[in-house]
Amino acid sequence: MRILVCVKRVPAPGARINVTADAMAVDSAHLGFTTSPHEECAVEEAVRLVGEHGGEVTVMTLGPAAAEEQLRYAASVGAHNFVLVPILETDWDPQRTAAALAGAIGDVESADGAFDLILFGNESADAGGFQVGVRVAYALGRPVVNGIKGVDIADGVASARREIDGGFEVYNLPMPAVLGVKEGINLPRYPTMKGRLASKRAEVVVDERSVPAGGQVRVRLHRPVETVSETVILGTGPEAAPAVVDLLEELGLLT
Amino acid sequence: MSEFPTRANVVVIGAGIVGNCLVGHLARLGWTDMVLLDKGPLPNPGGSTGHASNFIFPVDHNKEMALLGEQSADQYRDMNLSVDCGGIEVARTVERMRELDRRMTSAKAWGIEASLLTPAEVKELVPFINEDVILGGFYCPTVSVVDSLETGTTMRREAIETAGCQVFANTEVLDVETTLGEGGVVTVSSVVTDKGTIAADYVVIACGVWSNRIANMAGAIIPLVPAVHQMADVGPMDILAETNNEIGYPIVRDMDTFCYERQSAGSMEVGSYGHRAILHHPDEIPSNQEAALSPTEMPFTDDDFDPQMETAIELMDMLGEAEIRYAINGLLSLTPDTMPCLGETPEVRNLWSAAAVWVKEGPGMAQVVAEWMTYGYPRVIDVHGADIARFYDEERTEEHIWSRADEHFIKTYGIVHPAEQWVGRRNLQVGPFFSRQEDLGAEFFQARTWERPQWYGANADLVERYDLSEREVEWDNRWWSPITIGEHLNLRENCGVVDLSAFQIYELEGPGAVEYADRLAVNKVDVPVGRSVYTPWLTPDGGFHSDLTMMRLGEDRVRIVTGVFDGGRDEFWTRRHMPTDGSVTFTNITKQLTTLGLWGPNAPAVLSQLTGQDLSQEGSPYGSIIDAEVAGVPCQLFRISYVGDTGWEIYARWEDGPKVWDALMDAGADLGIRPTGGGVYGLSGRLEKGYRLMGAELESEYNPLEAGLARPKVKAADFIGREAYLTARDAGDPEVLMCTLTVEDQTDAKGRKRHMMGGNEPILTANGDRITDSHGRVSRVTSAGYGPSVERHLLMSYLPLELCTPGTDLQVMYMNELFPVKVAGSGAVFDPDDTRLRA
Amino acid sequence: MSLLVICDHDRGTLAEASLEALAFGRPLAAAAGLEMAAVVIGEGAEQAAVDLAAHGASTVHVASHDLLTDFGPEAWGETVAQLVRATGAKVVLACGTDRGNEVMAHVAARLDRPFVANCRSVEPDGGDWAITRIQWGGSLLEDVRLTADVVLVTVAHHAVEPALADSPAAGDIASFSPDLDASLAHTIVADRVVLTRGVTLSTAPVVVGGGRGVGSAEAFGPLEELAALLGGVVGCSRAVTNNGWRPHSDQVGQTGTRIAPDIYIASGISGAIQHWVGAMAAKNILAINTDGEANMVSRAGHAVIGDLHLVIPAIIDEIRRRQG
Repeated sequence: MRILVCVKRVPAPGARINVTADAMAVDSAHLGFTTSPHEECAVEEAVRLVGEHGGEVTVMTLGPAAAEEQLRYAASVGAHNFVLVPILETDWDPQRTAAALAGAIGDVESADGAFDLILFGNESADAGGFQVGVRVAYALGRPVVNGIKGVDIADGVASARREIDGGFEVYNLPMPAVLGVKEGINLPRYPTMKGRLASKRAEVVVDERSVPAGGQVRVRLHRPVETVSETVILGTGPEAAPAVVDLLEELGLLT
Repeated sequence: MSEFPTRANVVVIGAGIVGNCLVGHLARLGWTDMVLLDKGPLPNPGGSTGHASNFIFPVDHNKEMALLGEQSADQYRDMNLSVDCGGIEVARTVERMRELDRRMTSAKAWGIEASLLTPAEVKELVPFINEDVILGGFYCPTVSVVDSLETGTTMRREAIETAGCQVFANTEVLDVETTLGEGGVVTVSSVVTDKGTIAADYVVIACGVWSNRIANMAGAIIPLVPAVHQMADVGPMDILAETNNEIGYPIVRDMDTFCYERQSAGSMEVGSYGHRAILHHPDEIPSNQEAALSPTEMPFTDDDFDPQMETAIELMDMLGEAEIRYAINGLLSLTPDTMPCLGETPEVRNLWSAAAVWVKEGPGMAQVVAEWMTYGYPRVIDVHGADIARFYDEERTEEHIWSRADEHFIKTYGIVHPAEQWVGRRNLQVGPFFSRQEDLGAEFFQARTWERPQWYGANADLVERYDLSEREVEWDNRWWSPITIGEHLNLRENCGVVDLSAFQIYELEGPGAVEYADRLAVNKVDVPVGRSVYTPWLTPDGGFHSDLTMMRLGEDRVRIVTGVFDGGRDEFWTRRHMPTDGSVTFTNITKQLTTLGLWGPNAPAVLSQLTGQDLSQEGSPYGSIIDAEVAGVPCQLFRISYVGDTGWEIYARWEDGPKVWDALMDAGADLGIRPTGGGVYGLSGRLEKGYRLMGAELESEYNPLEAGLARPKVKAADFIGREAYLTARDAGDPEVLMCTLTVEDQTDAKGRKRHMMGGNEPILTANGDRITDSHGRVSRVTSAGYGPSVERHLLMSYLPLELCTPGTDLQVMYMNELFPVKVAGSGAVFDPDDTRLRA
Repeated sequence: MSLLVICDHDRGTLAEASLEALAFGRPLAAAAGLEMAAVVIGEGAEQAAVDLAAHGASTVHVASHDLLTDFGPEAWGETVAQLVRATGAKVVLACGTDRGNEVMAHVAARLDRPFVANCRSVEPDGGDWAITRIQWGGSLLEDVRLTADVVLVTVAHHAVEPALADSPAAGDIASFSPDLDASLAHTIVADRVVLTRGVTLSTAPVVVGGGRGVGSAEAFGPLEELAALLGGVVGCSRAVTNNGWRPHSDQVGQTGTRIAPDIYIASGISGAIQHWVGAMAAKNILAINTDGEANMVSRAGHAVIGDLHLVIPAIIDEIRRRQG
């Protein structure tokens, strides 16, 4: 099986997110970076699938040179091949991103053959455009469904489960297919020490692509204005229990 | 929530292990009206304590660190927040095996149970270790793991309950204000927080990596830099989980690869001190809100950890397949010389520092600061090495702090020779003879910021003249040269010139100068003009704070001369106790004067060519200071000797120094004069005379009686520590006495001659037992070196009275071997009647 | 020229989310000088179409086709794309639900136009459009300048309250039969499995959440008890699911489930931004934490400062006591 996972490098913030002085990016001065959560699960899923069915996992990212870190992280958990589509900016608009990825994927497939499955994250943790995977799938002429929380492969069909309230929907996509995966599809493994050391030897192929920007242009980033109201302290410790139950009664939640 | 206070007696900033234990100890010492603040939440405000590895390896070569570590370990034990899990330092190299011998020696000195293990024995204790990559191990069963968070909480609770300490978490300090107190002394006045301002009599900064930033607010400096120490949690592993214990296996320190491996329930925490020094400005540390984990748990930089990962897998194969579950660049504090920063800040009165302290000495160091605040000096231990006043200005710059931290971080698990010299930040202070000394092939050793020749390459011919040789074992020979013996013998035979520019010199002037000087000193300073006094300065409890020379230069003028290692502390002490009514002024004239020591049988003959001054014992009696022209240059001749041969300390203006040097060398050319280094002045010369050295023999745990420096009478004038000193005198004979011992046989098991270095080697009985007194003070080598004129290796150590009899046979342990020694006595082994000094 | 709102429905009942989109679309259509139209797709669309006049739709396109009986993102996207071309819609709008965003992405791919997701405001600006959209699930806002001849946007879920139009619009029903390729069948729902008939995390009136402070899987017991007493369910933070203490389906957060209960009792949760965005739509929040300044506490309406292991059992006891 040949599986491709497209990932994005995003900052890993705490309880507060700051913006750079020019308001064009997240201030990552104190922050570590990580693979966007949905995609980290996508990588894990891909590694599990080839573990079960044989084959190789390729991981591709469009991002700054530092995004190699995320490719090597994927290597440390078992991915095999790595492609960086380098950009100078921190972010490209979703149309542009999708066009570049589609082109890069085309390059890889011409050389090494089509991917049975391409996995995207449902949306990136930062920009949250919700569209790159769909656009790439359309450009490649492949079926795509988002929000996937489970997939089984059998007889050339990817049977994918998408959670809905109270249950799930099943989609059967003939491969080659594309899926937008959500965190929760699995619990990703941590890299082993040996995996981490092996990842240093991983070869990253750099595929430079030039694509015109789309119609969506960032003007600035800013924090939403918050109306901070005083928190009512009901008490300290177990002695606060009566005050809590008073509140619940007021809200009509006690039967 | 209590109302925010507007004033308090003490405000402690920082609720990590130090701040918490400090309020607890202050409460025990009777302090009330305290406020404890932290900008983070409780119980874990997010400082270094919150992510610390929490283990204590008690054996350290440094006395303060070892004793405070043990003392802290006992405090943790007393609170039942400690587990003795044991620890093993493994050796991968032969050099490390020798270091383990040194560890055994220190363990013996401090009375810590320890043993050397073969690889097979290590494997018995740690079955998952790969014994093929190690040569052996140093095992200490009392290595412990502590709950620092709970300890801090317990001590804080004690302060709250017994002393009404108020505690405010999530309260950020915005400013520390000062005022001009009596005599225009800058004094701390209040702490400004985001919840209000608290007027305070005392403020203690115990905020770890943020300490310098807070100090800067008040105009003070705490010389430290936040630095990274990487840690990764790897697991789970069955063999660890099966112990059903937080820590079931001993902790392993793999110091040759800069790592430790410590079990943490089912995982292994792998820590590294092997990466490049990663230093941060406090402003680069995220707030509690911004941090993904906590402010001192910064994002892990994989690349820096990889080499350690490889070597850790080498040692414990099972780590290879284990998952890296959690990894951080943890922050801790580094100082320029690796020692903590404790004590009252020199810049701001009543502003105290309790910073750059590790969990392993936290409770002990907190007790030190609490006692210091209460008694005027700590009682539990001498802290000259951790005293924040020790730094000179050049050492407090960011450039210096960063450079030194960068240099010593990699030595955290290194093998550091006692005499090892720094590479960077050299030549900060040089004497006026520097270029001459360079031309003479001087081997410079740095003393704090001052370069001093230890010996001169130009004297290499003396090695042949006196038939000297290198030391057999490389370790003993390191940072040493037989030239230094040649210089010693030449001085005793002819004469030598010693560069003493690094003397720290102060002058007290004014109508109250002499009276004040007498308040500081044990011995009478109110002597005739032109006389000097060699005297201790005591702590309020009667132990040594300083040991120096004071000279009555005028009716209202006293000069103080002290050694370069003590200058910072002595200047601080002098200024600290000074009257504020303007009756005394203080001036530091160190860089205005330079000093040359000229000693040896030919010294008078040399000097008499350059001056008209009567240099006889009548014209220039021992202990006198007289003005005289030397080589046409105005000087002061101080008839004193720290090396045991007649001669003078010649004081000249800094710019006149080279002229005097040249003149001496010229005048002594046919009299065998040689430039002579610190190897003689600081060691061999004084060892043969049994002269005590501040910081070695003389520490605050000992009093002048024990040191053999008590005069027959005590002066009438009051001085700091007088009451305690009188009490000690009234108690009769001291329990211990400082003695000199000779090493009778320096041959080790391999037939090689060994040379002890004065690194706290324990003196043992004939049965090999430690020797301690009723206060728990152990007999250990405080200074050691070869005495060329007596042809014996000499050691100095405090010994119980019953063992002080000359001729008593004892042993010394060096590098884990025993060598026979004999007590020579409490005085000088060379020229005990001081005939040479009177020549 | 129209502003077209893609409306979702559940067997004939208009989805709450679509009502939000319609409420958002009305002023936007007015500002852009456009008529507001709507499109409903799939089985039951005719019933849903009837209600759209009251929400301001001049025209309601009811799309039908064999391949449109159930949800299929590609089929729906293709349908809307064709409708846009057929009707000359200048703006296409949907609510930023999972489905809404997915369908719009398909429309965008097919029309090869930009798609700006999860907007808070959309305003015509000269020939362009000034848009503010959410990033980081709502913790950050991005101002965007859009240049496009056809504007494709989704409005952030819960950004607008549903509301009826001041006066109902015409609501003329028009049928639309798109030309759909058989291959689009591949991405139509093949099966639907119901696991829980009762209350789910996203619909529960009460959610009792636990974070790292709970300490273990077993220690969630009291939280489950409290939730049951209040007719609610247990939720958790990402730290809990990463530790394997609870399944991901319990996770409240940006990459988990967004909840909107009457009350969210957040215990031992510090409140990282990705958790907060999942919880912020709760009508009331009670935080239980030892840290009085934890993000969760600062943002909560009510708080108890204390150890959840002691506080929650006390609350349970008090409830039992009052219920006799």
